[in-house]
Amino acid sequence: MPSEITPREVWRERRRFVQTGVAALAAAALPGPAGAGHGGRRLAFRPAPGPFRTDEPPTPFKHVAGYNNFYEFGTDKYSPAERAASLRTEPWSVTVEGACEKPGTYTLEDILRPHPLEERIYRLRCVEGWSMVIPWVGFPLADLLRRFAPTSQAKYVEFTTLYDPEQMPGQRRRVLDWPYVEGLRMDEAMHPLTILAVGLYGEVLPNQNGAPLRLVVPWKYGFKSIKSIVRIRFTERQPLTSWMKASPREYGFYANVNPTVDHPRWSQARERRIGEFFKRKTLMFNGYAEQVAHLYRGMNLRQHF
Amino acid sequence: MRGHGVTGRGWLGPVVWLACLAPLLWLAWGLAQDRLGANPIEVFTRSTGEWALRLLLITLAVTPLRRLTGWRWPQRLRRLLGLYAFFYATVHLVSYLWLDQFFDWGEIGRDILKRPFITAGMSAWLLLLPLALTSTRGMMRRLGGRWKRLHRLVYVAAVLAVLHFFWLVKLDVRPPLVYATLLAALFLLRLRPVRWPGVQRRQENS
Repeated sequence: MPSEITPREVWRERRRFVQTGVAALAAAALPGPAGAGHGGRRLAFRPAPGPFRTDEPPTPFKHVAGYNNFYEFGTDKYSPAERAASLRTEPWSVTVEGACEKPGTYTLEDILRPHPLEERIYRLRCVEGWSMVIPWVGFPLADLLRRFAPTSQAKYVEFTTLYDPEQMPGQRRRVLDWPYVEGLRMDEAMHPLTILAVGLYGEVLPNQNGAPLRLVVPWKYGFKSIKSIVRIRFTERQPLTSWMKASPREYGFYANVNPTVDHPRWSQARERRIGEFFKRKTLMFNGYAEQVAHLYRGMNLRQHF
Repeated sequence: MRGHGVTGRGWLGPVVWLACLAPLLWLAWGLAQDRLGANPIEVFTRSTGEWALRLLLITLAVTPLRRLTGWRWPQRLRRLLGLYAFFYATVHLVSYLWLDQFFDWGEIGRDILKRPFITAGMSAWLLLLPLALTSTRGMMRRLGGRWKRLHRLVYVAAVLAVLHFFWLVKLDVRPPLVYATLLAALFLLRLRPVRWPGVQRRQENS
């Protein structure tokens, strides 16, 4: 009897998941409120399960897709929306390498095929002091990483963005040491909150939001959530990320949202939610402390900023 | 800030007066119409700060320009331009105190002490304040020779304002670098006054 083998709670959770999933797939076929239509291809997905959604109102699409930090298209926040049309997302492939049993170059279709998509409504907090609420469409990063069978040497995962100054004109200036590199500790990468997104607002990701495949780690500052990923590498040593290279004193590897640890030049205690007049208090781990605080138990977060 | 005595030609003062006000009107209109993008308050604060810096540099360019060209009319606009620089700096400061900090004085105090870019910006404004207060003819007369010495503080304020901009950008230092370069050029022109060929040196009245 399956119910004897599978712990009862897990089984219940799965059952609920399947039920809501079916309902959602049916719902997704209809134009829902999130699918008012922003010009992108519609995606089929199920709604965010329990802890993976916030009831805070999502930031309007025009701001989510119009106000971006994506230095590959310029350092101004409006440049990505103006210039990212030059990015070609098809065909796309991702190279997997390092400490795993199944390295190789995978097409985007290979990457996505086995993974049912779901919506995740997450807060996003930029290191600059502003924030948004974004309805992403994606799937858990853990599910993908497991397919590559990481070995015991895999302590970290490193991600790399496309490097092609033809498509990404911002790369013609060396404001950062291109290509953009980010990384996570293995347990952070495998955490259920961590997803790879392929869409937002029910549609395929706009280029300026990191199409066709981007990371979303909601408890860390936005720059950790690397866009337009072309390489995933399992490593034993902590990756050196682009922002650490650019300014090691200001940007650390962890970059967890933390109102008590200021940026050396400005306070991180509060944030301006896009669309709101008053600033609001920034929450520890961007409000995801309950889910992720245990990952950092015993660590000095002032030192590991 | 009225343009009286600003120019003998009458129309120049009012025109410059309106031109200097235009950026603020444009920003106010943009705020009201929700046309300043996703983060309008940031745009407002940043723009008023940049206009303060621009007007400060334009004010500092007046004397080198007169030396370079021999024209006298820019000199008559100097006070108006300087006061407008102070005006935008004040709007910029109020925007920070109100829209950024909501008059949380404890937080503001900590910011001024802890964050070099705020320290620099605040100092620049404080240095401009006595200059604005002593900008009247009456004060000029009363202070006599000391007036000129006092008003040399404007250079310190300009340097601090550029530093303020430098220290706040995340990575792309091009915009503050433009202002730093212009300011350096103005300093050089002061140290070694150049004159276009054929321009006669005229009596310098201040």
